[in-house]
Amino acid sequence: MPFPSPFHPRTDALCESQEWRNWAGYLAAATYVPSHEREYYAIRNAAAMIDVSPLFKYEVSGPDALRLVNRVMTRDIARCAVGQVMYSPWCDDRGKVIDDGTIARLGENRFRITAAEPNLAWFQDCGVGLNAQVRDVSEEVATLALQGPNARRILLKVVNGGDLEGLRYYRLSQGNLGGIPLTISRTGYTGDLGYELWIDPQFALKVWDKLLEEGEGFGITPVGMVALDIVRIEAGLVMLQVDYISARKALIDEQKSSPFELGLGWTVDLGKKYSIGWKALLDEKRQGSHWKLVGVEVDWTSLEREFGWVNLVPQVVGRASRSAVPVYRNDWQIGHVSSHTFSPILKKYIGIATIESRYAEFGSPVEVEITVEYARRKARATIVKLPFFDPPRKRA
Amino acid sequence: MVNKYDAIVIGGGHNGLVNAAYLARAGLKVLVLERRSVLGGASVTEEVFPGFKFSVFSYVVSLFRPEIVRDLNLPAHGLTILPLESTLTPLPNGDRLYRNGDHYRTMREIARFSPRDADIYEDYSHAMYFMAKAVKYILGIVPPNPSSLHPEDMNSLYRLAKHFLGLGEEQLFTLTRLMTMSSADFLERWFESEPLKGTMSASGIIGTFLGPRSPGSAYVLLHHYMGEIDGVFRSWGFSKGGTGGLSQSIAQAAQSFGAEIRTNATVAQVIVRHAKAAGIVLENGDEIFADKVISSLDPKQTFLNLLDPNQLPDDLVTAIRKFNTQGSSGKVNLALDALPQFACWPRPGPHLRGAISISPSVDYIERAFDQAKYGDFSHRPYIDIVIPSMIDPDMAPPGKHVLSCFVQYAPYHLQEGDWESRREEFGEAVVDTLAEYIPNIRDIILYRQVLSPWDIEQTVGLTEGNIFQGELSLWQLFFLRPAAGYARFRTPIRDYYQCGSGTHPGGGITGAPGRLAALEILKDWKQ
Repeated sequence: MPFPSPFHPRTDALCESQEWRNWAGYLAAATYVPSHEREYYAIRNAAAMIDVSPLFKYEVSGPDALRLVNRVMTRDIARCAVGQVMYSPWCDDRGKVIDDGTIARLGENRFRITAAEPNLAWFQDCGVGLNAQVRDVSEEVATLALQGPNARRILLKVVNGGDLEGLRYYRLSQGNLGGIPLTISRTGYTGDLGYELWIDPQFALKVWDKLLEEGEGFGITPVGMVALDIVRIEAGLVMLQVDYISARKALIDEQKSSPFELGLGWTVDLGKKYSIGWKALLDEKRQGSHWKLVGVEVDWTSLEREFGWVNLVPQVVGRASRSAVPVYRNDWQIGHVSSHTFSPILKKYIGIATIESRYAEFGSPVEVEITVEYARRKARATIVKLPFFDPPRKRA
Repeated sequence: MVNKYDAIVIGGGHNGLVNAAYLARAGLKVLVLERRSVLGGASVTEEVFPGFKFSVFSYVVSLFRPEIVRDLNLPAHGLTILPLESTLTPLPNGDRLYRNGDHYRTMREIARFSPRDADIYEDYSHAMYFMAKAVKYILGIVPPNPSSLHPEDMNSLYRLAKHFLGLGEEQLFTLTRLMTMSSADFLERWFESEPLKGTMSASGIIGTFLGPRSPGSAYVLLHHYMGEIDGVFRSWGFSKGGTGGLSQSIAQAAQSFGAEIRTNATVAQVIVRHAKAAGIVLENGDEIFADKVISSLDPKQTFLNLLDPNQLPDDLVTAIRKFNTQGSSGKVNLALDALPQFACWPRPGPHLRGAISISPSVDYIERAFDQAKYGDFSHRPYIDIVIPSMIDPDMAPPGKHVLSCFVQYAPYHLQEGDWESRREEFGEAVVDTLAEYIPNIRDIILYRQVLSPWDIEQTVGLTEGNIFQGELSLWQLFFLRPAAGYARFRTPIRDYYQCGSGTHPGGGITGAPGRLAALEILKDWKQ
């Protein structure tokens, strides 16, 4: 049986559907109630409480902590001020992405890194010869995401200390909630206004209870993975093992991706010459990348036509899919959609796709494979920029 | 001329705005004139009591056409439809019938009343899927004139016949029954348990002056079934920010296409020159000229008030004068200090995020209608309740709530007294009824807004307060809406058009009349 997270006594009691997923060996509620719709709208319209404790967390400390982190990350972490958070992937020597996560600078010489997969050995090996320690703190920190337009109002009501009003996007602050110390970062995986709370696990339940109680009038709702799957696609955020495969797990070279190919070119700082994979990344930057990560928007009238052949209305509404489907241009496969979903807020069928760069110009027409009554058909679609959904409140 | 427009749309209700948006999108220079200070007509959100936002009139969304959402890209202009999760029917004996998206749970719940009904419920939904699909076609076409030999009409009639014959025998017969039966009779072909029949038959009377046993009410039932959200028929939702949120998003879309919108601008008269509309005169005497004038107001306003009836053919004037617009529903909006505690389900729960229907039996509603038939309001009315603040917390201050009651029956013409003097008495009857199911209701009311059909008429101008701009009776639908020969959005006055709910396909927040009219206007424009 998977491992219970620090919030499990509460999530278990609330999980009416008894539908769980295994997330990094932890039990994560898929949906709490039979339909995920309400949870989805809690993220986009009110406030969602998501147990994200299963994230792997590492603390890097010591006089050479910055040097270590900066060696690992493609982004220049020297520019990360104390109290700031940065998002970055990290690569192998050939510039292929291993994993991605956030790096929080908790002190001058102290960082906390989140990861989707275990990375302790990798980080430690990258630090050989440096005066820095890497520690797996995954079980020492409970993490609760509070996401949605009302997230700030709820936190302002319950948290003392810490300048929440002034807390900018990708910054963190220390505060306390009824005497319980916690770190609050303005980060998340939803593409909305939101925060993540980093808590000593022994206080996890108290924080959960307090938020649920005080947030009631603001529509606070515990939210599971099914709803999170949809919003992260809307936000254009890639997911390891779904939209790309870790260079450490790929079985063939073709399965590996560079940051440029994942739409993460903006995180590659070639100005610092000592990060792992630097040479390969420099070459790729000069030569161009074979693949490009883009959004695709499927044309609804085309869906109606394809389903209309068998006298059906489009049947695409529901959960997000992680089954990849081919993308074509003039009957020639030019890539694939790795995650796709109907977006209830945009009223569009959308997907995150990896397309050959030469075909990946925004606005280009493509065709996406769909299945209508067991038959493969093609629906018209357009290549668009990510993210699909980017409300001003995310950064405001 | 400085103030010359391609088109002037009279009325900033949702159909007027949809119409304007489509015209502006096609490149026309459009002006929308709204009498009130707020846009939306009967789809409006107002802060009637400080901190509490009410969807004052219309309150839920289902029928709004998805093609409009896409064509106008309304999500980009703020449209969000939040799901209504369930339907609760509280019963006088403290029991309840609760139906939600959990299929088998709903089945078991119905089985407590009738195991047979529980089984058939699925068949009913299956049959209604086909009915919704059958009428979806009609929602998207301009009604052909069956007496015309014009190739366009003949062609359209042929396609219509083909569509219906293509439905298959069983579905064609079900559709015929829906068109002719009463909602109670129709439902009794399927079901036997009262709470289920009562609640479902209520969809057949909403907004009309019919009881569940009146023939014709089955069509109204169907009318409320033809909605679709995200490709799912019969689903109902709540527009974020209230129904005014929906209107705002259409207005924003219209403006993004270049339409100009003016509020506090009451149109007094349409200017007609040589049997052609040339513009309008505002109440303050200002004249504004345009090539085309479109009225989104109800047919009586459109033909009898905005024009001099002498300019119109007699048969049309007679038909419009006889057009049945008697309003039969009222609205009671409450600001609440705390959550209502239902006797049948006192604790907070998902039932408060869905529809709540005071409709314990068919007889209950029929009795409510009996009183209205003879000119009184129902003293124990049918009430459709939603608590918008449970679905969209921004509708009320944290911890406080707004509760919306759609109430039937409240006939426009009272036998005794008038609405001005009897309004609060009606409000009391509603609260008394609520109190039978919600014991704490009287203790938590902070503010009460009561709207009779007369108030609806006074505020938004709907003649006799009819929420559909005219009854949804078969003899007032399709090629007969609003009058035979005038169902194609045009009027006898050249360049004067109609685009309100009084035209095909009728009332409810559908946007369909506004859109279809715009497409017709654009056809004429290009010629």
